[in-house]
Amino acid sequence: MSRESPGERDVTPNAGRDSTRERDASPRAHRDTGHERDRLRVENLTTRFFTEEGQVNAVESVSFDVREDEILGIVGESGSGKSVTALSAIDLIESPGRVTDGEVWLREPDLAEEFRERTPDAVDGDFVDLRRLPKGVRRSLRGPKFSMIFQDPMSSFNPSLTVGEQIAEAVEVQRRASANPRSTRSRTQGYGLGKLIVDTLVPGREYTSDASRERAIELLEQVGIPDPVERADEYPHQFSGGMLQRAMVAQALAGEPDVLFADEPTTALDVTIQAQILDLLRDIQRDRGMSVVLITHDLGVIARMCDRVGVMYAGEVVERGSLADVFEQPTHPYTQGLLGSIPDVEDPAPRLQPIEGNVPNLVDSEMPDRCYFADRCPKAMEACLERPAERPVDGDPDHTARCVLADGEYDPATALPDDYFEEDPEATDAPAEGGAADD
Amino acid sequence: MTDDALVEVEDLEKYYFENDTLFDRLLGREPSAVRAVDGVSFDVQRGETLGLVGESGCGKSTTSETLLALREATGGSVRFDGDDVFEMTSRERTQFRQDAQIVFQDPFSSLDPRMTVGEIVTEGLRIHGLADSAERTARAKELLERVGLSARQVDRYPHEFSGGQRQRIGIARALALDPEFIVLDEPVSALDVSVQAQVLNLLEDLQDDFGLTYLFVAHDLSVVRHISDRVAVMYLGKVVETGPVDEIFEDPQHPYTQALLDSVPRASVEEYGRRGGTLEGDVPSPRNPPSGCRFHTRCPHAREACKRELPPDYDVGANHDAACFRTDDTHEYWQSAPLEHVDDGGGSSGGGVADDD
Repeated sequence: MSRESPGERDVTPNAGRDSTRERDASPRAHRDTGHERDRLRVENLTTRFFTEEGQVNAVESVSFDVREDEILGIVGESGSGKSVTALSAIDLIESPGRVTDGEVWLREPDLAEEFRERTPDAVDGDFVDLRRLPKGVRRSLRGPKFSMIFQDPMSSFNPSLTVGEQIAEAVEVQRRASANPRSTRSRTQGYGLGKLIVDTLVPGREYTSDASRERAIELLEQVGIPDPVERADEYPHQFSGGMLQRAMVAQALAGEPDVLFADEPTTALDVTIQAQILDLLRDIQRDRGMSVVLITHDLGVIARMCDRVGVMYAGEVVERGSLADVFEQPTHPYTQGLLGSIPDVEDPAPRLQPIEGNVPNLVDSEMPDRCYFADRCPKAMEACLERPAERPVDGDPDHTARCVLADGEYDPATALPDDYFEEDPEATDAPAEGGAADD
Repeated sequence: MTDDALVEVEDLEKYYFENDTLFDRLLGREPSAVRAVDGVSFDVQRGETLGLVGESGCGKSTTSETLLALREATGGSVRFDGDDVFEMTSRERTQFRQDAQIVFQDPFSSLDPRMTVGEIVTEGLRIHGLADSAERTARAKELLERVGLSARQVDRYPHEFSGGQRQRIGIARALALDPEFIVLDEPVSALDVSVQAQVLNLLEDLQDDFGLTYLFVAHDLSVVRHISDRVAVMYLGKVVETGPVDEIFEDPQHPYTQALLDSVPRASVEEYGRRGGTLEGDVPSPRNPPSGCRFHTRCPHAREACKRELPPDYDVGANHDAACFRTDDTHEYWQSAPLEHVDDGGGSSGGGVADDD
């Protein structure tokens, strides 16, 4: 929580802009460390939603790995499948959605030992495949291993319970889970009229134990909420957006998770508050050596926070690599387009270079059997009419792109004509669900 | 400032009153004011884009809607092409409604789902009695083509379009009456970045083609830098700094503008690891705004003088004003004591110091 004292920048009015450009560290190179620092490996994760309009391919064969003590960024436009990817990884997909394929390998030596004999398929060295483990075991990992914070703090808290109570509940769930790791029953308290009356009559009764209340207050203090003792007894509507987002971080930390998924944690917040929450997330990640998966549509947030980046488009990871790989040597034309279409606050380009067209909707019947980006791609070639595999860029296994350009050159001779994808005007006019951002 | 101002806003005020019903008065309750816009002055030059930036709740949208007389102002004046908007006769007001248009933020709720796109775009022509049905259809097709949609889509309904396409429909609607002035109220903040760039380019093209004057309301500083000629920065119902876009972004004078620019994450590798949380706490409530300079509760340079006195607009360059005592070398500010939260060196324990309500 250390922060620069405002007084230090008291010299000239303009000095603040540069002097705060202190950096905690330069982007760390992961090249030579290989896979031994992996904490989570997601392989070919595929999630489908079976809706009345048809099957929606929300996540299409997504692979990524999360290493110890790093922030992995997942960036993409709305409808690109980034949130569903996170929910799929921690098994929170609800009907009509279903994870239909893929593996989620978590490094967990104790569990690996336990299941090595029973289900050898689910164990690979120190790693266990969450999707092959029994449901109860899988659920017991949520909290102490994984946690998640969501975009909109106002709708993520229960408005009728105090903030302290809700954090204490998470603490209590963790306490019971660690006392009896395999049981998933009676972890949560029941709510009802009887409880409401008792809580009103007996002060302090709403907390299941004094210990959980104290721990909740301690967590609120750790995330920088002033007067945590008083604030714990307030309701969500008495908190501002930024304060409530801090409270959600506190709740997510209740189980001391190894991997924290943060789904657009600052999108609903103003820019000065966003900066505070990002600083907080980084401090917590560093202090606890956590791994964080940060999902956002904001390339600036990615640049400030992330060690490595995955770019998603139409349910696929189209490019991944270190921050420098993706921002300075973007290989996939979509990554290039994304970087070219944002205005720069320091250097206003005379003209933006948008990506033409719209984000495709992901209904299975409309998904073409080719590169999903080809219809918007300025470099579409005949080779793009086949589904590209994820391949290393110039032989670098840590920088991959799902594009023929990863290890090939653009060949104008085989370029597709501009109107190649327009033979069916009705289809291209169809509404694309992904048109609007989710904020 | 200069002569060619199309819109001149002076001391515009918009207060909302609470506890102001008959029942409250019978009980003898004092009405309390929410000062959404509290004495805002700026002008928009013909043909330019003025960016109005600020965080949520600072009153930028209320300002833009009040200056179009879509909300009733509680004080101040707005002159459009020399005429006072709030004093217009109904005939003048009708003309004003044609000359000044607005594009709203949310492309989903700002289009009537039961009207076709053609009807939406030309509704203004119908209301003002400017064209018959056949002319309206022709004009709708022309406008749709102009904003990058297809004339074939004129009979479709809004739900058949994506967010970016809907925003184009909203822009076509604003263009239908050949306005001189368009308020763009967060026109791209609901759009994805690739689509946002398309709409920004379209807005720039339209401005060149039709000689439009824009008031561009936004919270995204990089978009404002891209599209604006001049910028006004708002904080809690007041304009704290106005100036040419390059000066505001390269040499900001007000501590709030500096902090705002500091917080914006840049999409480049140099951004990695930078801490942006230079401002602590939350924006105070406009129900009970701080005395003196409204920013003094969060300002890293605040002193006693800021609490006592409201800073006037100081001239800090050509067409560049900032409402901060620090720009006045002789002000008693320099002799007064720093405020409590401005600690020199210790640093506070946590991120949040000021409270929300």
